[in-house]
Amino acid sequence: LVFTEEDKYGLYSNLLFKYFLAEGIVCGHDLFVASAKEHPDNILKELPAPLLDDAYGKESGDGAAAVKSEDLQDSMKIAWRYQNLPKMEASPTTYTKFGHYYDVSKKMSPELCQSVKCHSFYLHEELSFEPKMKTCNMNSGYARLLQSIQRIISQEGFDGSDPQKKQRNVLRIGIQSLGSILWGDDVCCSDTPEHTHSLTKFLYVLRGLLRKSLSACIITVPAHLIQNKAIMERVTNLSDMVVGLESFIGSERETNPLYKDYHGLVHVHQIPRLNSLICDVSDTKDLAFRLKRKLFTIERLHLPPDLSDTVSRASKQDLAGSAKLLSSGCGAMAIGKKHLDF
Amino acid sequence: QGKFTLLRDTRTDGSFLVHHFLSFYLRAGCKVCFVALLQSFSHYNIVAQKLGVSLTAAKERGQLVFLEGLKSCTDLLFGEEEQPGQPSPLQFLSGSTSDLRALFDFVRVSLTPADGDSWKGPVLLVDDLSVLLSLGAAPVAVLDFIHYCRVSVCCQLKGNVVVLVHSNEDSEDEENELVVNSLCHHSDLILWAEGLATGFCKDVHGQIKIIKRLSLRQAAEQDLVQIYQYKIQDRNVTFFAPGLSAAVL
Repeated sequence: LVFTEEDKYGLYSNLLFKYFLAEGIVCGHDLFVASAKEHPDNILKELPAPLLDDAYGKESGDGAAAVKSEDLQDSMKIAWRYQNLPKMEASPTTYTKFGHYYDVSKKMSPELCQSVKCHSFYLHEELSFEPKMKTCNMNSGYARLLQSIQRIISQEGFDGSDPQKKQRNVLRIGIQSLGSILWGDDVCCSDTPEHTHSLTKFLYVLRGLLRKSLSACIITVPAHLIQNKAIMERVTNLSDMVVGLESFIGSERETNPLYKDYHGLVHVHQIPRLNSLICDVSDTKDLAFRLKRKLFTIERLHLPPDLSDTVSRASKQDLAGSAKLLSSGCGAMAIGKKHLDF
Repeated sequence: QGKFTLLRDTRTDGSFLVHHFLSFYLRAGCKVCFVALLQSFSHYNIVAQKLGVSLTAAKERGQLVFLEGLKSCTDLLFGEEEQPGQPSPLQFLSGSTSDLRALFDFVRVSLTPADGDSWKGPVLLVDDLSVLLSLGAAPVAVLDFIHYCRVSVCCQLKGNVVVLVHSNEDSEDEENELVVNSLCHHSDLILWAEGLATGFCKDVHGQIKIIKRLSLRQAAEQDLVQIYQYKIQDRNVTFFAPGLSAAVL
């Protein structure tokens, strides 16, 4: 369960959200998109296009990307997987490909979108149906969403405990702007909301559903609007991974020369520790992101070399910290992966 | 025997202590009732196998009673109507009752020795208690539940209780702090895992404070506090005196 704290204007977290979905399409996973803000079909139309042609070489075979080395220096892998890679070598065949590249300036083609099954949940369309399950003092919007997810999981065969012979697939769930007023939850409005436990109960039940099925989920939440910090603490405990995006728009950091090249910071608050005691730690905790015309990259935050103003700073070493945060694996499949502790 | 141990973590994840106690008591031959609210059975099973204990085998021979909170919750919400004779332990979720009586009954029934049981001493293990607050239980209800468990398990059955809670120093979660402080006062032993005050470090993952609350049983005694630092590895955890980690020596 990947929990993303939105940045103030929601620009970058939306991008992260779309990347998660796009990765799902390219990997052939089924999608489930839920939103109260915009219709899921619109979200699906705006997914970034994968860089299939120039990034992959056909001759390399089963996975290593034969990328031209100068491309490698600039482009970096995107978002939600956290793994430190050493600096890129000249021979890219040793580079293990993990995920896909995306081009932000282009939209994904409709044929590709339709190659997987996309389920959608748009709150305002679903309001007319009565929830059949016990709502348990939970916000009715959340209850409907849970019911919809559970229905998809059991009907489409993602349930881990169901004996089944046909090949299983993974379901990627994306829920946008949970906790905002549009879902009917007043946790963002006041310090003592009426149903204090709606959001946390929702997350708990969602976690239960994710654990027993082959699915992974990303949620974006406007955390800066939530007044009650106690809820944020509880929500952090209930999620596997918590990432916060802080953009520099409108804050005093925009003009700070330290952050000149970046558009915001990435705070990784929590990293999943599933199926293991171990906590594999990374070397750095300071990450920043930037949105170039075509690529959204997350890099280690590093100080540019301290040169005087007259000397150009063209020789910055972009550390190939392809930040990849762990996203899938919340389901019954225990994929071996690195675990990080905080 | 008859001890209440509180596991507490601050700014770090103390679940390694839960895994330790689970495998420790199973190896010792005790009957364990594990109320696992936060993670699935397979997660604990995989870690326990690394520590040398098989949870599935323990469950089969009746040594381990495992309540998987996540599964019970989804069964309660999405399942068919429950049978009248078997109320769900997490019944407070459906809002019909506001106390944790059903959960306590579950614990009591699982740990009461049946005929033919040859296990040494019952043990109740809870991971983790703070989740109950997130699910809508009132702090008083949680404290009542723990109190009933202590009376039943520690005093009547002469067993042990181990509970994990999360806490933060400047936490704004007052309900949680209330529960944690109250439990601290009633514990015989507190194991407090904290992140290092100096920040993140690769070789030392945190420090653990062991507080033996001798003042609980005898009026004139002082609590004994010991501090160690630890590093978690794949199959075990190494403890060492502060400042003497292997990386430094």
